[in-house]
Amino acid sequence: MARSSSTRSSSERRVLDEAGGVRAMTWVMAIMLFLTVLAAALGIGTRTSARSLERQLSGRLTVQIVEGDPVARDAAAARVLALVRALPGVRSATAVDRTELETLLRPWLGEQGADPELPIPAMIDVDLADTGSADRVAAEARRISPSARVDRHQGWMSPVTGFMATMTWLAVALVALMVAATSAVVVLAARAGLETHRATIEVMHMLGSTDIQVARLFQRRIAIDAAIGGTIGAIAGVLVVLFIGLRLQGLGSELLGGVTLDTGGWIAIAFLPLFFVLLATVAARVTVVAALRRAL
Amino acid sequence: MRQRVLGTGSDKAVRQPRMANIVQFENVGLRYGTGAETLSDISFTLASGTFYFLTGASGAGKTSLLKLLYLAQRPSRGIIRLFGEDAVTMPRDRLPGFRRRIGVVFQDFRLVPHLSAADNIALPLRVAGIVEDEIDQPVREMLAWVGLGDRAQARPATLSGGEQQRVAIARAVIGRPEILVADEPTGNVDPEMADRLLMLFDSMNKLGTTVVVATHDFNLLSRLPGAQMMRLDKGRLLDPTGALRYPPVRPG
Ligand SMILES: Nc1ncnc2c1ncn2[C@@H]1O[C@H](COP(=O)(O)OP(=O)(O)OP(=O)(O)O)[C@@H](O)[C@H]1O
Ligand SMILES: [Mg+2]
Repeated sequence: MARSSSTRSSSERRVLDEAGGVRAMTWVMAIMLFLTVLAAALGIGTRTSARSLERQLSGRLTVQIVEGDPVARDAAAARVLALVRALPGVRSATAVDRTELETLLRPWLGEQGADPELPIPAMIDVDLADTGSADRVAAEARRISPSARVDRHQGWMSPVTGFMATMTWLAVALVALMVAATSAVVVLAARAGLETHRATIEVMHMLGSTDIQVARLFQRRIAIDAAIGGTIGAIAGVLVVLFIGLRLQGLGSELLGGVTLDTGGWIAIAFLPLFFVLLATVAARVTVVAALRRAL
Repeated sequence: MRQRVLGTGSDKAVRQPRMANIVQFENVGLRYGTGAETLSDISFTLASGTFYFLTGASGAGKTSLLKLLYLAQRPSRGIIRLFGEDAVTMPRDRLPGFRRRIGVVFQDFRLVPHLSAADNIALPLRVAGIVEDEIDQPVREMLAWVGLGDRAQARPATLSGGEQQRVAIARAVIGRPEILVADEPTGNVDPEMADRLLMLFDSMNKLGTTVVVATHDFNLLSRLPGAQMMRLDKGRLLDPTGALRYPPVRPG
């Protein structure tokens, strides 16, 4: 049986003519897979980077000591630094180097930035071991310097993470639309094929073919077309995703550079063509069997 | 061979013990759409293993009657029993199993245009799920029998009408069906080939197959003396000559 299966499938495949109606499926599938890979990469990429961003930011905050008098300011900053370091739940705390800060600010402040009289707040970067300690840090800082401000990175990043969530959902919606459109195309192709091959199907029925046997002829045809088209489309999509990934890294932006696919993401994308072939096969089978049930 | 063909695949029809009447029609009527009845009050029985001719003028309803017989059409009224089972109310999913027990030569051949002569002939075996290794041999034998040994790979479109007809006949008999239905099987071949095909049907019949041949070629009938005959006229069965004595007495 196994020995003969290849000749069998080739002769069975030929029962239905390789008509244009089904061949066009190959190209539709290629386009669908291309677009779906792009949408999926967008979704998976943004979700992955949103997650890592969140992981990085949720444990981070900056304490600002705002004092007019630089001496009092530095003294307060030193005391806060020491206190915060001693707090449980704080992994590390470091004072931001003043000259570094001034260099950072120079483009905004001009050369006066170098003026030590200018009230630039002292800053302490705090890295928390557990995010729950953020309130304790804020309370300690205010006890020493009532005007101290605590800036949670997560807070100012929330519009960014929100945007990323929106992008992820948009991608999910796009993939869902693509799946629906692909099913619709397969159903139409199967119906057109049924019409084209009506005479042949009738003969097959008269020779004792079951509906399932007839459906299998279409399934096979459509699955092969979907597999060929899907592979072409998916490869093209992956190439574009790789290219965009390279360009993003070239930007040197920490935020956009994080938009990459991890192994899980690549695996998910690799499964897309497989899923689409399966989807096409099932849609073809259901359509054909439903249509045949109306014949005698 | 016969057992294998019928016993494989999703054949749900249970083989009946050999029955005397393999086909039974009772007051069968057929109406296409809303017009007048094409067939009316058709009643007859076919004895298993017998050879029947079905004759009648063009348009009398021969093809329509055969369609009812090979399960391509359901009657509008009446009772049809095939292999001892009610074929009228039979659920759809049991039809394939019954159709595999009936070989059909269609009046218009109905060869699959994209398949070679050999692949067309092999179709019933493939449908029945016969393994590929056991298909080649009988296909070659059948091709030789109908005189097309050298045209095995030809597509139907490249065959003459008579050659196509012979492919259709080979396809109908290759599965050794219990009933063989042939609709004008010799319409396109010369008398010599017609004779040869008739002998093929006759040898099938001698092996136990019930044969029904529709024809308006009376020469064909004379070649098989003793065969039984049903005559159709305007959709009604004329009182049959020969042994077709159902119903025994017609009232009125
Ligand atoms: N599918 C159909 N729909 C409507 N009318 C039909 C259909 N098939 C056959 N008829 C009509 O039924 C009648 C009998 O046709 P049928 O084909 O059974 O005759 P026949 O005896 O086989 O003729 P022939 O010897 O020419 O093949 C004809 O009047 C035909 O027009
Ligand atoms: Mg006819």
